[in-house]
Amino acid sequence: MLAFIIRRLVQSVVVMLVVSLIAFVMFRFIGDPVDQMVGLETTVQERELLRQQLGLNDPLPLQFWHFVSNAAQGDLGISYQFKRPVADLIGSRLPATLELSFVSALFALLMGIPMGVYTALNRESVLSKLFLTISLIGISLPTFLIGILLIFVFSVYLQWLPSFGRGKVVDLGWWSTGFLTVSGLKALILPSITLGLFQMTLIMRLVRSEMMEVLRTDFIKFARARGLTNRAINFGHALKNTMIPVITITGLQMGAIIAFAIITETVFQWPGMGLLFLQAVQNVDIPIMAAYLLLIALLFVIINLIVDLLYVMVDPRIRIEGAEA
Amino acid sequence: MSDALLSVRDLVVEFPTRKGILTAVDRVSFDIARGEVLGVVGESGAGKSMTGSAIIGLIEPPGHIAGGTISIAGQRIDNLPYEAMRRVRGKRIGMVFQDPLTSLNPIYTIAEQLIETIRTHMDLNERQARDRAIGLLDQVGIPAASRRIDDYPHQFSGGMRQRVVIALALCVEPELIIADEPTTALDVSVQSQIIDVLKRMCADHGTAIMLITHDMGVIAEAADRVVVMYAGRVAEIGAVRDVIKDAKHPYTKGLMGSIPTLMQDSDRLTQIPGTMPRLTDIPPGCAFSKRCPEAFDRCFVEQPDCRPYQGRDVACLLYDEGKPQ
Repeated sequence: MLAFIIRRLVQSVVVMLVVSLIAFVMFRFIGDPVDQMVGLETTVQERELLRQQLGLNDPLPLQFWHFVSNAAQGDLGISYQFKRPVADLIGSRLPATLELSFVSALFALLMGIPMGVYTALNRESVLSKLFLTISLIGISLPTFLIGILLIFVFSVYLQWLPSFGRGKVVDLGWWSTGFLTVSGLKALILPSITLGLFQMTLIMRLVRSEMMEVLRTDFIKFARARGLTNRAINFGHALKNTMIPVITITGLQMGAIIAFAIITETVFQWPGMGLLFLQAVQNVDIPIMAAYLLLIALLFVIINLIVDLLYVMVDPRIRIEGAEA
Repeated sequence: MSDALLSVRDLVVEFPTRKGILTAVDRVSFDIARGEVLGVVGESGAGKSMTGSAIIGLIEPPGHIAGGTISIAGQRIDNLPYEAMRRVRGKRIGMVFQDPLTSLNPIYTIAEQLIETIRTHMDLNERQARDRAIGLLDQVGIPAASRRIDDYPHQFSGGMRQRVVIALALCVEPELIIADEPTTALDVSVQSQIIDVLKRMCADHGTAIMLITHDMGVIAEAADRVVVMYAGRVAEIGAVRDVIKDAKHPYTKGLMGSIPTLMQDSDRLTQIPGTMPRLTDIPPGCAFSKRCPEAFDRCFVEQPDCRPYQGRDVACLLYDEGKPQ
């Protein structure tokens, strides 16, 4: 088990190094960093001095090494547009995005799995058909349209929920949270539904088809022939086997939620990383873009690691092979 | 037969399809006495497995029992509500399926599956159920049962898994075991061991066996009486010795002629010309009439009933009083 975790960790480090290389290439070769930093009236001598100070004359492998070691210590450079360390900027935006993504993922899982199980077990019921129809809408409507529709209905027409921003936030150290105030929680509802709806319908359809597949297997038939209760068969035997593929897809989708939060954050003016990234793209703020790339890669790597560990917990076949290898 | 454990009378199983209703089992009647081993033979699609599924109440919808009765120890079970029938399954009638590789749930240990089944039907605590499970594994010949009980199915070989399946089917001492091709998926060298285990276990616990197979060798080795099925109907029922030595029904004769023996030295095995009719176009009259070497005019219009003849039951007009000389 420990060997398995260590092997996965080593793989994760390799992935992060490759992503760093891409980020470094972007950082170093898209435009001249010195040109981005200095004004028009800077002399050639001053430019050369800055170049020397920044280490841009060092051999490339050494530069890459500096980049990686700085990044590992949290130094991601200085934003061209804000003239502030990128790490601080991202640190102030990260909680907003992570809280939004977390609530969306929770919404997608807590709604998607039960709806999937229900529609698999009651194929002919009216409610199942209703769920499937709704899921079709969720899959086919683009995120921004759903967001705008929700704003129109609940913010403009009914005036129940705010249409933009995070509401009142409470600072816990460097982490600002919207979970502790009523307005913060209210502000989370619409963006979370917007961001999570697609994932919810995806999870629901996945659970439904996997569950129907598992219910046809021999071991379910044998479990019925042993007279186990429906509850034990559906939830103990069928659902747990259904979870193996569902965990994989859900894990990948969690990464997608964080990465695709950009659109939702734009629609709801959510002060998260996505919005920061969009501003960076508009202003060619390379350090922020490089840091965003690294951060998203890191989140994917962490999620994949968690998925692998969950996999091992659910499926004994992997657990034992992993222990032997 | 009032002392029969299982009594099947005029059982009809139908499947509604787009092309009309398919009759998979057509007015089948037989009895199984306590502790008896009844073999059921026939080609694929002859309705053997469907009869077994009907007895344990697990016909896949839209198939259903369309007529006749099934009773165990005098109590009708073909019309029981789902929950009452669930209590019969496992507790009074157990079932062993063809493929031991897929009959066990891969994500639970053998112990978990055995204990769950035992505790579903018996009022035992975890400890007692576990002791019982270890005892059963010991009886079916799993070496080091107390250690191996915590292994997962994929850690056992095919033959060992089928022993586990037998232990699971027998764990609450049902009065009848339906064994549907229990050795077909196994290595030839393991087949007779499994039949031995099944027979010994059932003899020890006084359990009757309904042994469904297409292998006459298995029947000859294990069964007391045999039911020969053809196209969903019973062709002949009798003691194994009688049926093998002196088959009456032309289909049974053909079936026996296709078994190689060491005594006779023949270049070719006899075979029955043609194939079994599809359930959609069973000829009027006797289902076997088109392939039967002894068929005469009545066979093509009149459906024979199963009648007693020389100590057995045969469904053939050759043995009807009205037979033309």
